[in-house]
Amino acid sequence: MQTKLDTGKSGNGKTSAENMAKHHKEISVSEFFLKNRHLLGFDNPRKALLTTVKEAVDNSLDAAEEAGILPVITVNMTAVKDAVDRYTIMIEDNGPGIVKANVPRVFGKLLYGSKFHRLKCSRGQQGIGISSAGMYGQLTTGKPVRVWSRIGKNKPAEYFELVIDTKSNEPQVLKQEEIEWDKDHGTKVIIELEGKYLKGRQSVDDYLKQVAIANPHAHIIYDSPLERVEFPAVVKQLPKEPKEIKPHPYGVELGILMKMLKDTKAKNLSAFLKNDFCRVSSKVAKEICEKAKLYVNARPSRIAIQEVDALYRAIQETKIMAPPTDCVVPIGEDILVKGLKKEISAEFYAAVTRPPSVYRGNPFQIEVALAYGGDIPADNLVKILRFANRVPLLYQQSACASYNAVLNTAWRNYNLSQSKGALPAGPVVIMIHMSSVWVPFTSEAKEAIASYPEIIKEMRLALQECGRKLGIHIRSVKRSQHEAKKKSYIEKYLPHIGIGLKDILGFSDKEEQELLEILKDVLERSRQ
Amino acid sequence: MTTLIKIKASAKQVYDKILKRKKPDMKFPLRSLSNVNYDPKKGYFELKGNYKERTLTVNTVKTFAQTLRLMALSKEILEKDDIATKREAYYVSKNWGDAKFSEQPESDSVMDDVEAMFEINREQLGFIPEEKGGDVAGELIVIDKDDKGKDLKIDCTKFGSGAYSIPSNVEVLKFDTKAKFILAIETAGMFQRLVKHNYWKKANCILISMGGVPTRACRRFIRRLSDDKKLPVFVFVDGDPYGMGNIYRTLKVGSGNAAHINEFFCVPQAKFIGITPQDIVDYKLPTHPLKDVDVKKIKDMLKNDPFIKHHKEWRKALEQLAKMKVRAEQQALAAWGLNYVISDYLPKKLKDPKTWLP
Repeated sequence: MQTKLDTGKSGNGKTSAENMAKHHKEISVSEFFLKNRHLLGFDNPRKALLTTVKEAVDNSLDAAEEAGILPVITVNMTAVKDAVDRYTIMIEDNGPGIVKANVPRVFGKLLYGSKFHRLKCSRGQQGIGISSAGMYGQLTTGKPVRVWSRIGKNKPAEYFELVIDTKSNEPQVLKQEEIEWDKDHGTKVIIELEGKYLKGRQSVDDYLKQVAIANPHAHIIYDSPLERVEFPAVVKQLPKEPKEIKPHPYGVELGILMKMLKDTKAKNLSAFLKNDFCRVSSKVAKEICEKAKLYVNARPSRIAIQEVDALYRAIQETKIMAPPTDCVVPIGEDILVKGLKKEISAEFYAAVTRPPSVYRGNPFQIEVALAYGGDIPADNLVKILRFANRVPLLYQQSACASYNAVLNTAWRNYNLSQSKGALPAGPVVIMIHMSSVWVPFTSEAKEAIASYPEIIKEMRLALQECGRKLGIHIRSVKRSQHEAKKKSYIEKYLPHIGIGLKDILGFSDKEEQELLEILKDVLERSRQ
Repeated sequence: MTTLIKIKASAKQVYDKILKRKKPDMKFPLRSLSNVNYDPKKGYFELKGNYKERTLTVNTVKTFAQTLRLMALSKEILEKDDIATKREAYYVSKNWGDAKFSEQPESDSVMDDVEAMFEINREQLGFIPEEKGGDVAGELIVIDKDDKGKDLKIDCTKFGSGAYSIPSNVEVLKFDTKAKFILAIETAGMFQRLVKHNYWKKANCILISMGGVPTRACRRFIRRLSDDKKLPVFVFVDGDPYGMGNIYRTLKVGSGNAAHINEFFCVPQAKFIGITPQDIVDYKLPTHPLKDVDVKKIKDMLKNDPFIKHHKEWRKALEQLAKMKVRAEQQALAAWGLNYVISDYLPKKLKDPKTWLP
């Protein structure tokens, strides 16, 4: 993170190093993000509502699933009376709750979380989401974050009012007490913040609908400022709990490697490589050390910067087995279709789950599902729903790998019309899901997936496979429509041949009937 | 009566095929310029003998039904000794439910198919066109019949600044005239000028205004008048590809579309007196540049029109026009004075057959 600016004017002696040193000081993380709130998705009042709901819902789903509970989540958004552009957002779940001691830091300290230090398919990654939402609320309304939490029937429910000290990045507890709560376990958070509620694309409504599509095991009740919408669960099984894995050597960057060397508990380099990474055997560790010209017994914390560089390059040059891929959890073809079916009424659904693959040492898996026809408007471009670890991505579509993959697929092969350089057109909703221990986003706001060649390739293959299924369906529909049209054509015009011939030749009605029977038979037979 | 027999025979053939469990079909001569021959001895476009077959299938069932119903309508009209205009026939079809025609060109096209199939004129089917046959002025008495069948003499000198209008059926007409020739004119404007200044009296001729491409009635009228009274026919049109290729060519040898009846609906003895490409040079006429469609039309005629291809003079004239890249209207003669056409142009041209085109 860039925390200082090089503004020193050197050479003319006007600003001395001592003077400049006076301006150098530590900047707190909270302070940094306060100035750069767009990086976290709080660019404007409308997006702020979405981001707040998104962070809270992500956390609720992750926590419930990890605890083996089918999630039931209530989202309530109400306009604050007598105030302009101000909303109260309440999110309540039936998850495991948070232990008393951790509540203040979970909601009142940035970069505190359970997910940053491990590699696992989870929705949240960095631990800045919900606390930044609280901070945004605090900044725009001055109101503290209110939290209810209970971890079990036999434990009391706790109530907190928190604010963040933006200088020290530490939570300040304004109020804490045991209270009565009718829930056995769960978490509830209320944040008051400046926001703007609008329907349509990129709205909270749109977001929750997409969450429901990708998480058909979750029951979501949503009270928007206008109405109550319920997304019932249609799957009674929790997704498989993802396995945690250690990082693969190919996936670490130089800076992270340095940090890992400093933080490791291993006593020597060989043990560090074997224990802190996956797929490194003693033999591979030895090979890496030899290539880097380092002793296998060297103390990790004593390795000099130049040596880290050599180690980094040695890793890239060594052949290491690909990481295990059983740690990625796909949604699955059946459940993808179930999710689409319950929220989008269409005439045809298809889904494809690709086998897992690896980019830069990170295992990942791509899934594509689509819905065609029915209530989907036919004269628009197709709609793309993008998901990363089951989280809908609503912004920066055109920067996303999935968008480019859709764009670069030849949809005309599958009977959709597509202008050059444009999305295909037709009554289609395409859903693309990337599941990975580390989804490569293009920015901190987690809005678009970066276009690694391996990722694009898997997306294209999945789209093509789904496209083929769609093409087969469209062609069969067209064929049967054509058949029906032919049939109605015959029924429409055949009687007139009878009338014409009868008027000219003057035969009886019975003869006319017989004639038409024969003619109909001859024509219908000739179609086969 | 022959028409009725043809209609019945055709319907019977369809009927028998169906009873034999075969797909019925109808055969039509192909109606296009590519299916005509030009025989200079006969003097008109003749069918070459290419046919299109319309077999009853799912795709043709609508047109097939419409064709049969139109034939039935024709039979009804003929039996009642009535007539129907093409437009009326189109409206009658509105009672046919799903088989109705949605636009008149559809019914016209089916009608053209039927007359071509029987190789007869549409009037013989009982259908008549709405279009006007053309205007006549000059030294001519047309002998028509009144509603009681008595002769009715019409003196074409007695219309003042107006004119006698050619009826749609000219077969019953008889003629009496002392005129020396017939002058067929493209535009009503030029016809008006010649009538106004009594040109027909000075030149002792019959003036006929065709108003664009001559109708079948107009062609037949000129043909019968010319045959009956042994009168030469001179044609005076705009000096452009349309005047030469469409108006004059259709009058003289007929059209590709109605090739099955060209024999009677053409005037092989007609001569083209102007405006020729050479006239544009000789009379220093004001011109307009040829449009793209004109250039295309010239190329097309040189390549595909059997009449033009046969006559070297016409090929040369069209090539000359293409080279000059201009066209001249009849009215361009007014640049030399409003009545220059009467005092100088027509007398000079009529005297000099070398300046004509065949």
